[in-house]
Parts: sequence; structure tokens; C-alpha cells
Amino acid sequence: MGYRVHLILASTQVNLARGQFATTTLYHFLFVPLTLGLGPIVAIFQTMWHRTRNETWLRLTRFFGTLFLINFAIGVATGLVQEFEFGMNWAVYSRFVGNVFGAPLAIEGLAAFFLESTFLGLWIFGWNRLSPRLHLATLWIAVAGTWLSAYFILVANSFMQDPVGYKIENGKAVLTSVWALLSSRWALYAFGHTILAGLTAGASVVLGVCCWQFARGRNVDVFRPAAKVALIVLVPVSCVNLWFGSHFGILVEELQPMKIAASEAQWSTCSHCSFSVFQIGGFTESDQTPSHSIEIPGLLSYLATGSFGGTVQGLNNLNQQYSRQYGRGNYKPPVRAIYWSMRVMAGVGTLIALIAIVGAYLLWRRKLERLRWFLWIAVANSFLPFVAMSAGWVLTEVGRQPWIVQGLLKTSEANSPNVTTTWLGISLGVFITLYAALLVVDIWLMRRYAGLDPQPPEQRPPAPQPVPSL
Amino acid sequence: MSLAELWFILIAVLWAGYFVLEGFDFGVGMLLPFLPKDEQERRTMFESIGPVWDGNEVWLVVAGGATFAAFPGWYASMFSGFYLALLLVLVFLIIRVLSFEWRDKSKTPGWRRFWLWCNAVGSFGAALIWGVGLSALLYGTPINSSGDFTGTFWDLFNAYTVFAGLAVVVFFVFHGATFLTLRTTGALGDRALKTARMLALPAAALTAAFMIWTVVVAVDRNDKSVFPPILPAILGIAAAVLAVAFVLQGRTGRAFVSTALGAVFLVATLFTSLYPRVMVSSTDFGNSLTVSNASSAHYTLAVMTVVALLVLPLVLLYQGWTYHVFRHRVTGDAAHY
Repeated sequence: MGYRVHLILASTQVNLARGQFATTTLYHFLFVPLTLGLGPIVAIFQTMWHRTRNETWLRLTRFFGTLFLINFAIGVATGLVQEFEFGMNWAVYSRFVGNVFGAPLAIEGLAAFFLESTFLGLWIFGWNRLSPRLHLATLWIAVAGTWLSAYFILVANSFMQDPVGYKIENGKAVLTSVWALLSSRWALYAFGHTILAGLTAGASVVLGVCCWQFARGRNVDVFRPAAKVALIVLVPVSCVNLWFGSHFGILVEELQPMKIAASEAQWSTCSHCSFSVFQIGGFTESDQTPSHSIEIPGLLSYLATGSFGGTVQGLNNLNQQYSRQYGRGNYKPPVRAIYWSMRVMAGVGTLIALIAIVGAYLLWRRKLERLRWFLWIAVANSFLPFVAMSAGWVLTEVGRQPWIVQGLLKTSEANSPNVTTTWLGISLGVFITLYAALLVVDIWLMRRYAGLDPQPPEQRPPAPQPVPSL
Repeated sequence: MSLAELWFILIAVLWAGYFVLEGFDFGVGMLLPFLPKDEQERRTMFESIGPVWDGNEVWLVVAGGATFAAFPGWYASMFSGFYLALLLVLVFLIIRVLSFEWRDKSKTPGWRRFWLWCNAVGSFGAALIWGVGLSALLYGTPINSSGDFTGTFWDLFNAYTVFAGLAVVVFFVFHGATFLTLRTTGALGDRALKTARMLALPAAALTAAFMIWTVVVAVDRNDKSVFPPILPAILGIAAAVLAVAFVLQGRTGRAFVSTALGAVFLVATLFTSLYPRVMVSSTDFGNSLTVSNASSAHYTLAVMTVVALLVLPLVLLYQGWTYHVFRHRVTGDAAHY
């Protein structure tokens, strides 16, 4: 009896910790892609201003720079939570992987966070202090810092998906090759996929804001070049990311076949497997055959293996294989959630690419600013990348369950044993309340600033001679 | 010296950097509700730390990351053990970070007042908890034989750690005031100097008492001799005394250097007192986490050492350059948006 109670409490603790980590991570990742994607676009605007001296570009730089900073702040603030949470909620995990996982995290701070924070500070306050050239350079360096930070954190995450460059010593993962870790195939794919997604998000938001201004008939001449830049970025990145993501899928099939099987609700091993576009039923152990489904023959084999005749392993076979390898148990992630998150990610990603192509066509035909139906679609499109990316992270992280580190450590055994359900209840409550409030404020600020008229550069009276501090 | 010892020192250096840099940010933050008389002065105060607060905060982020990588056992036990305290730190830091970018996004007085208070409260709360938390590492908390914290939130608090928290808060306000004497002009600058003069003696006394108390705790509870911890404590007290003297003479540049050194020696006293342990166990001294039993393996430490030696000098160089770029006194007129 006592043991049962203990087990129930332990699983409540794990579930609360998971819920909290999922909430705070997904939330953090609403702002990260905007930093990754909006930063370079603002830098392009400023570069154009630097090259052409056309004032429109300066107005755009300042206008979208403000939107960038509103979100950057919340990205920074919520990023700190992520760093603390590994130790706070996952002490066993932290002790187990610290040797390996901690290194890219620390390097991220040293090599990336210092760079982005310092140079962004220089950019924000450096308009009159630095030469225009140097001032432009500070923004590009800050952008490089944000991309570098994405790389290092994805290297860390990759160790949870596909552990490489380590050995187990005294029950802990110990780093044996930092190069293997840094050049992990998973990390490189994840980095490419994430950067492309970030650019998709940044470009979609810029396009959405421009189209909103067009729809209200305001500042058309100022926002036309911005919409053009947004589409020039958006069309290739959204299309390439579809191709890139599907290639990533082949790597996942190789390294985490269970995730692919779950994302397709594929219970039995098959070859020439058809891809299920949509299905009803077929998501549980007791109900493995969907009652209704729309399928495309051969496509799943192609997506997962690169050949239409390829063999895709099923959930049942994989579970038997894992049971032999790691001991009897259930190694299947929640199939329904994974199946749908995969479809939301891929479906919404495709939709964004289509909208981008239509937008580019309309721009080419000089009709973009006038077709109201498309303008509102583009406004709605600025939210779509966030839906796709959240679904993508659910697929990646929930699809890895029951493992916290694939094949090495289970999530259910990795939490902090001393962190009680009361503490977890308090922290989850605090984060949900605080984050919800901040989201409301952020959206209000974004809407307000996205609707302003981009100001011409102020004509300030020459500042009085500044006094040096020392 | 082993690599683990080197990383113990590097983590102390990171905390010292954090206390020096974010210390004056926190100080300026805590003075926000009291020092400025109008919006222009409030803007001036925000502007005085505007370009640098984010870079300063990264010192904490790196200290955290370095602890994770170099001492996974320490990171895991401290962060899971000090759970609610760190949750509070996070809340304080979040509202503070947002205040910098969000405060000037609306002209409504209520909005601006709200974010100003967020910055002040956030700075106060974070400074207080870091004081309590770091000194609790030395004072000792309940830790079992597997290295897990077994206590409650209240186990972090006792006379020594609460005193430490208060000393750190008052010292940061003093440090922030001396910083403002360098960064501002006119009436605001005069008021900053007046405040620094008022705070000088109490801040120096509290800090000196805290450092002495730290050495006593180290001897009593951490099996240390008076030497070496007394050495940084004496240097810290000397820095505090100099700070008082310079502030009273109105030599603000030297005063700021002295308060900065005070922050360095304060952290040095704590870490020297702590060594070779990183977290003292009050349950059983033998359960304490040490530099050797909580550290990563040699290879990880070697990789991290190479990276730190390559990158940290660059960081110091460009952060130093930033301070050079923004060396002029601020007036609240920056072309910032």
C-alpha cells in the first residue's frame, strides 16, 4: 500500500515537472524564432539603408527593430528559466548528463550570449555613438550571436535524441569527443531546420505587418520594400525547409524509428508503406486499425527511407526489440499526440510555403497591396509558423518518450527526487500565471507597435557636448 | 592545481564579475523609486545601465552553465534544493528584464510606474536571494548521503544568511549610487553623491561585518582555519573603508573602483571560505559536496578550459569596449527607441 502511494506520488511529480518543462519551453520558443528570424531581416533593412541612404530603409529598420526588441526581452527573460530548470526539476538527469550536456550549455553562454547581449546593447544605444558602419556591424554580430546560441543549445538537445561522443562511467555519461558532439548529424539537421523555421517566422511576421498596413491603406510606399524583402526571404526558406524537414525525417527513422512509427501511427512493420494524410481511430494498442483514413501509397516509405519500396518499422516490432534490449516495458510514445503534431507541423509548413508563393506572384504582378483577401491571409499567416514550430517541438520531445536521453535514461527516473508536488504546484502555478500575463502584454504591445506609422528620423537639436565619466 | 580547482576559481570569478557588474545595475534599480524627481531623471537612470545590463546578466547565465558543466553534482543539488528560492529569483529577474524594454513602450504614467517598480523590486529581490543563497552554501543545508537536499524553503534562512542577504542589498545600493555619480550630471548626479555619502558608512560596516562573520562560519561549520579566508576579507574591508573615504572626499572615480573591488573580495571571501567544499551539509558534514566529488571528468574540464581561455579574454575586451563607447555621462536624451 505504502509503495503504491509512493509510486503514484512519484509519477505525479514527474508529470508535473514534465508539464512545467513543456509549458516553459514551448513558451520560450515562441520568442526565440522571432529573434533568430527578425534579427537578420532588420539587419538587411539597415544594410539597405547603409547602401542606398534611402530614408525608407531607416524607417523600416527602426519600426521592425522595435518589434524585434519587444520580443527579444521576453526571450531573454524566459531563457533564464530554461537554464535553471534542468537543475531545479531534473537533478538526476543533470548529474547523469552534466559532463556532456553542460559543456555546450556553458559554451553557449560564453561564446553566444555574451556576444548577442553586449552587441545588441551597443546597437540599441549606439545610434549616435558609433559610426554608421560600425553600428550596422554591431547588429550583424548580435544576429550571429543568436544563431550561434541556437547551434549550441541544439547540440545539447541532440544529445538527448541521439547521444554521441560519450561513454558511461560510474553510471554517468562522460564526454569522450567534443567533436563528435559538435558535429552530431542530429545537431546539424536540427540547426538547419530551426534556423529555416526562425527565418520563416521572422519573414512571416514582417509580411503580416506590411499586409496589415496595406489593408488599412497606410504607409503603402514605406512597407512595399519591406514586403518585398520578406517575400524574397520567405519563399525560399519555407520551401527549402519542407525539403530539409523531410530529409531530417530519414535521419530520425534511422536513429529514432519509434518516433517515426508513432508519428505515422504505424503499428506493424511495412514496406511500400502508404502515408496516412488523415485518419480516424488506429491510435491505441487495442485499436490499431483506423476506421477511416486517407492514404497516399508508397509515400511513407519514401519520406522515411528515401525510397518508395523502403521498409518502415512498426510500433509493435520496435517495442519487442526495445523490450529485448532494455528490459520489458512500454517504449511507445503517445501515438495520437505524435501523429497529429506531425500533421500540424508538416501541413501548416506547407500552407506557409503556398501562401508565400502566392504572395510572391502577386508582388510580381504588382497586385499585392490591393487584393484584400490575400492581405488578410498574410496577416493570419504571421501566426502560422508558431503553430508549426510548437507542433514540431511536441513531435521532437514527446516523440522521444519514455526516454529523456534516448536509450540511456528514462524521463520517469530523471526528475529531482526532493522537489515535492507542493513545490511543483507552486512553480507551475507561478509560471502559468506570469507567462499568461506577459503574453497578453506582449501581444498588446506588438499589435500597438505594428499598427504605428513608421516615423521619419527625428530632427534633434544637436546634443550638448557629453561629459566623460572619468 | 587540478582542473576542477581551476573551475572552482573560474566560477568564483564569474560570480565576482556578476556581483561587480549586475551589482551596480541592481543598485541603480533599487534607487529608481527614490532618487529621480521627474521622468527625465528616471529615463537618465534607465539609460545609465540600458546598454549594459543584458551583458552583465550573462555573467550569471555563464556561472550557471559553467556550474552545470564543471560540477554537475553541485548544479543538480543546489538548483533542486534551492527550488523555491530560485523560482523567486527567476520571477524577480523576469520582471526586471522586461522593465528595460517595455517601460518606455507606453506613455501612460501608471504603466511607467509599474515597470519602474518591477525593476526596483526585481533588483532588490534577486540581490537579497543571491546573498542568502550563496551564504547558505557555506552555512550548510540539509543534504543526504546521495547529495539531495532534504530540507524546506525555510532551511535557507538563519541569522547569518539573512544578514548576508541584507548586506549584499545595501552594498549593491551603495555600489549603484557610486556608479550613478560617475554616469549622471546635474541635480541627479548631486543627489546620487548625497545618497552614496549617506550609505557609505552603513554599507561598509555591514559588508565588513558580513565578511568577518563569513570567516567565523567557515571556521565553525566548514572546518577551515582563519587563514586563508581572512585574507580576502581584510582586502574587502580595506576596499570598503577606501570607498567610504573616497565618497566622502567626492572622488567618485576612485570610490567606484573601491566598491567594485569590495564586490570582488566579498565573493572571494565566500568562495575561499567554501573551498574545498561547494555545498556544506548540515545533516552530516561527510555528506558535503566537494570540488572533487561534484566535478565533471577530466576531458570535459579540459575542453571547457580551452574554450574559456580562448573566449573569456575576447568577452572582457568587447565588454570593456562597450563601457568605453558609453563612457559619457547620460542625460536621458539617447536616441533609443
